[in-house]
Amino acid sequence: MNQALETHRRAFLLGAAVVGGGLALGLDLPLGGTKVVRAADGAPEITAWVVIRPDDTVVIRIARSEMGQGTLTGLAQLVAEELECDWSKVTTEYPTPGQSVTRKRVWGDFSTGGSRGIRESHEYVRKGGAMARQMLIQAAANEWKVPVSECTASNSIITHTPSGRTTSYGKVAEAAAKLEPPQDVKLKDPKDWNIAGKSVKRLDTADKTTGKMVYGIDVKLPGMLIAAIKDCPVFGGKVKSFDEAKISDKKGVKKVVRVGESAVAVVADTWWHAKTALDVLPIVWDEGENVRVSSETIAAWLKEGLDDSQPAFVGNKNGDIGAALAGAAKTVEAVYAYPFQNHAQMEPINATAVYTPDRCEVWTGTQNGEAAFAAVLAASGLPAANCEVHKIMLGGGFGRRGRTDYVTQAVAIAKQMPGTPIKLIWSREEDMLHGTYHPVTQARMVGAFDADDNLIGLRMRISGQSILASVLPARMENGKDPVTFQGLNPKGEAAFGYSIPNLLIDHAMRNPPVPPGFWRGVNINQNAIYVECFMDELAHAVGQDPLAFRRKLLGAKPAQLAVLDAVAEKAGWSKPAPQGIYRGLAHFMSFGSYVAAVAEISVKDENKIKVERIFAATDPGYVVNPAQIERQVSGSFVYGLSALFYGECTVKGGRIEQENFDTYNSMRLAEMPAVESIIMPSARTPWGGVGEPTICVAAPAVLNAYFRATGKRIRTIPLKNHNITFA
Amino acid sequence: MAHLTINGAAYDVDVEADTPLLWVIRENVGLTGTKYGCGIAQCGACTVHIDGVAVRSCGVAVGDVVGKQITTIEGLASGGTLHKVQKAWIDHDVPQCGYCQSGMIMAVAALLKVKPNPTDAEINAEITNICRCGTFQEVRTAIRAVAGA
Repeated sequence: MNQALETHRRAFLLGAAVVGGGLALGLDLPLGGTKVVRAADGAPEITAWVVIRPDDTVVIRIARSEMGQGTLTGLAQLVAEELECDWSKVTTEYPTPGQSVTRKRVWGDFSTGGSRGIRESHEYVRKGGAMARQMLIQAAANEWKVPVSECTASNSIITHTPSGRTTSYGKVAEAAAKLEPPQDVKLKDPKDWNIAGKSVKRLDTADKTTGKMVYGIDVKLPGMLIAAIKDCPVFGGKVKSFDEAKISDKKGVKKVVRVGESAVAVVADTWWHAKTALDVLPIVWDEGENVRVSSETIAAWLKEGLDDSQPAFVGNKNGDIGAALAGAAKTVEAVYAYPFQNHAQMEPINATAVYTPDRCEVWTGTQNGEAAFAAVLAASGLPAANCEVHKIMLGGGFGRRGRTDYVTQAVAIAKQMPGTPIKLIWSREEDMLHGTYHPVTQARMVGAFDADDNLIGLRMRISGQSILASVLPARMENGKDPVTFQGLNPKGEAAFGYSIPNLLIDHAMRNPPVPPGFWRGVNINQNAIYVECFMDELAHAVGQDPLAFRRKLLGAKPAQLAVLDAVAEKAGWSKPAPQGIYRGLAHFMSFGSYVAAVAEISVKDENKIKVERIFAATDPGYVVNPAQIERQVSGSFVYGLSALFYGECTVKGGRIEQENFDTYNSMRLAEMPAVESIIMPSARTPWGGVGEPTICVAAPAVLNAYFRATGKRIRTIPLKNHNITFA
Repeated sequence: MAHLTINGAAYDVDVEADTPLLWVIRENVGLTGTKYGCGIAQCGACTVHIDGVAVRSCGVAVGDVVGKQITTIEGLASGGTLHKVQKAWIDHDVPQCGYCQSGMIMAVAALLKVKPNPTDAEINAEITNICRCGTFQEVRTAIRAVAGA
């Protein structure tokens, strides 16, 4: 074994100590002249996706991250389906980003966001499973000296049909690993699926019920110290000075370090010691110019954008909206707004790093292992061969853990204490003050009717923040942020559903100095409220039923119409609601999936809402695990309704005012409506995602129901600002 | 120095008496199933049992629980047998990310001990843990399944 592999192996052993052997490495070892890639326990790889142990255990490699959304189980189902293996013998492991670099990204993209985990990797992971199956069957046929066409595989057993002889995957794995992978494989028709498409149980549940599951915050390394950090609470501010002598007598404190230009960390024997010492560490900040920024100044600036006559970025356009508005028999206008939100994932941000002058390794929950790896390289200054990232289970992501700011911080601290593993844990307060927030926008909506009450024009001006301008400027299109128009585009995976003869949707970009980020659902959260609440306003303005009004405009989008019709039928929209129950509906298209919802609410004292029930339809094209889709749908409503009722990060003095769940509340069990999911895959390609699309229909459906109940239109959220609460 | 009884075992830990029990359990005793979520007793991720009662351990000073029976998620199963709430959680595939579920399970186990067949109102009043993945529908289903069993 050469030196690099030896180092690699030591790194693995360190990792195994942390996570109980949950990680493995593919190691190229010469074996009888044939190159077989082996997992750390010596079991052979049959393609990069599958390792088979002698006891028939099937280890399936998962490149995307599990953060609760079930992708780990879903991807394993897809591989197992083509592999024809015994599902009860399946386990999974994450390849590391370092291995991915070494092996030329054999596992493809690691990033897990945009509801892409399954929809963008299903084809190549299924091929991996199918190739492995063919290699295993070939190995058995070779051993029996029979034509491969006479052999079949099912449930990890290979059968030679004419003779009835059988063997198992574990018995032929060694021989199969030495075969050349087949060039072409034919994938099964989803109609013939036995494992995929079924509501099999998640693979990661048991340890989550006993406290055994290791999250990033639970990582333990020998000799590890713990760091607490405070970044300048004013965005863009810097550390001027700090007086570490004042805490030098604090128990357990080992070191106080500057982290970048804007943060200070205390390193101690325990996090509690580090945190309590940091709390009393005198720090002088250079708060910078953003100290003058507040929610009021941001709102006023965005309002200017609504009226700005300068050209804005056009997202969708047809006909002549100017002429339609000028010639309209009637126009309706409304202004909506959506605030900053924090992800508030349950596990506070953390990362563990160990740095020496020739090696840097990080253990962390990340939605983007490769980006985390790149951050380790940049922060350590070491080449890829000397770095590694070990992906640990995420205690929620929702977009926050797609970023790598905390990885950079952990390495920056570890670099100042070479050889000592450092676990950096953010307090909840730090997490709230240094989020990557759901962007802030406002929208002016104007609808134009002709004399026969036909909607002949829609003008939508969005003013506000671009995510890409801050996060991924390289993906901007001539200064325009295409992601702003999610659900509003003329075509594609997030297309506008309505056919309106004169249409203009544009964006006056205004980027306040509060860092934006991808937040579950991203820009559909507000775009669906703007469009679907306003469509309700338009229907009401001409005295039409909200469903009938929408249906007339959806003729060109049969898949969109289908989900809307499905929820309407399930909710009994055509019949009067029971006494005291009020209904609202909404639909949208994003992440490649069509979704719709009908919310049923009751209202007490005009301001206490009970969301009784939500019917939700999803058409993601294909379905890998219906039970997990149901959980994503009802879970997305908790995130979406928490934002609707409670969620708002306000800015004062250039910093976020909400520091914990007492001021940034989240829905509880008592507030949870019954959710009835309708999953209606239409066998479309490309496949759609399911983690995010439905999040955006909960809020407008409830708001539209609230209008029916009270006659009041709510155009800004959260509802708490209108003195509206859960009943 | 605090003498603690956690999951039936005795621990002597060298900590200040005002250290939150949560951090003593996680850092000094080394049981990491009990989770830090907010530190202000809002989210319930750190819920443990003290003398059988569900308590948010981030808000309890270790000095106040000396001599009491502390049970964490690691001690909920008896011997090799999972607690009925853990079993129900597995049967109904309740956890998503799972981070809040230690606390959720501990809260539910304590409720069912006092009220084996709670009403919806009692469940709503007692189970106030935050879950950002939004598993509440499955949580209620699983509680109902245990309560009915």
